[in-house]
Amino acid sequence: MYDSSKIIPGLIIFVLFVTIPIWYNHGDAGAAPEIKLPQDAKACVRPTAEMRASHMQLLNQWRDEVLRDGDRGTIEVDGKHYKKSLMLTCMECHTSKKQFCDKCHDYASVKPYCWDCHLAPVE
Amino acid sequence: MKYAFPLAAVIALVLIALVGVQIPGMQYFFGIVIPYAAMALFLGGFCLRVIYWARSPVPFKIPTTCGQGFSLDWIKQDKLEAPTNTSQVVARMFLEIFLFRSLWRNTKSTVYDGPKLTYESSKWLWLFGIMFHYSFLVIVIRHMRLFMDPVPFAVSFTETIDSLLQIGAPTMYMTDVTIVLALLFLFGRRLTNPHVRYLSLANDYFPLFLILGVATTGILMRFFLRTDVDINAIKQLAVGLVTFHPTISADIGAIFYAHLFLVCTLLAYFPMSKLMHMGGVFLSPTRNMANDSRMKRHVNPWNPSIKPHSYASYEDEFREDMVEQGIPVEKELPPKTDE
Repeated sequence: MYDSSKIIPGLIIFVLFVTIPIWYNHGDAGAAPEIKLPQDAKACVRPTAEMRASHMQLLNQWRDEVLRDGDRGTIEVDGKHYKKSLMLTCMECHTSKKQFCDKCHDYASVKPYCWDCHLAPVE
Repeated sequence: MKYAFPLAAVIALVLIALVGVQIPGMQYFFGIVIPYAAMALFLGGFCLRVIYWARSPVPFKIPTTCGQGFSLDWIKQDKLEAPTNTSQVVARMFLEIFLFRSLWRNTKSTVYDGPKLTYESSKWLWLFGIMFHYSFLVIVIRHMRLFMDPVPFAVSFTETIDSLLQIGAPTMYMTDVTIVLALLFLFGRRLTNPHVRYLSLANDYFPLFLILGVATTGILMRFFLRTDVDINAIKQLAVGLVTFHPTISADIGAIFYAHLFLVCTLLAYFPMSKLMHMGGVFLSPTRNMANDSRMKRHVNPWNPSIKPHSYASYEDEFREDMVEQGIPVEKELPPKTDE
């Protein structure tokens, strides 16, 4: 093997670089986040699976309808009327941003820009 | 139709993953066994391939020079195109690796009226090539959010910048758009440019389709087929993989396994493919050697060891025989002592 004084260190750097996630986590897988569900409310505006997958799309849709189109009408789910509002509808039941929103968002490094305009509840 | 087989292979890989994970228990095969095997093949194969290359001697000093070499004081040397020392070579390699400088020499001959023949630099290949590579780099860095807990600042910052346009929810990534555009250009180039089309082989098309498949499944998973793609379950699996305690906590949608399987194929295929230019660019003798063949002697490493044998020592060895045979010698025999 030629130039091993350059190639071997190069390969070691490459392998260490590729395996950064292994060194970074120190072999500790950590726990998946557990969110605090509301105690009194039983049903959300959409089924759980659908909310988990597309709550951000629903919120975006509400934002566009209410703020851009001026359509402040309510939505009806099982005979109950809900306002299209993050603060007045979602956070009515999911009262804590820290215990609910942030748990998953921090874990998966998602930074929604809801709070660029909305004031987060004081906790 | 050299692209038909690679395309069919990538479609088959997607189908294998989509159908395979429907079998109970196969999630562990596709989610844990295959990723570990692919990573081992990638790292092991990469190192073996580089060591295999390192065992080839470079018999000659063969840097490609394309500028004025070092000469007299009043002739200006082109330090990047004909480097003579290590720092100039490092500068040349840096620009090559980070900016793909040599692709600016991708010249295209055109005949204009006159007739006038020109060879102009066609920078489209450079533009889309660099777009593809940097998009891929950013995408890899972004994905580290799924492998590292807590997420380091550099990773979340990259993600913030990438989704800076804040289009839609979840926010669109700029690199998702650029990587698909670049891949489509690089594929289109192989189809439409007759010279490149003639040169293109199945192993040129396969990585293109494979990476396009990875990007497509990733984009579908993030923006369109979101149901059953539980990001926390995926992160738990990813962090579990790199901490060697893998767990599959919830049912993750089949599209995720298709994405993962394509990535694993890419990793496993990497060391035995042209994608090894990632390591090879560092080892190209035409780039990483200094143009100093008139300053330093380059000895071919496989030269046999031959001692120099001067005429004087040759004559010392055979003087007696030469004198006996009547061959003229430069130095006469010493006078005989017994006379």
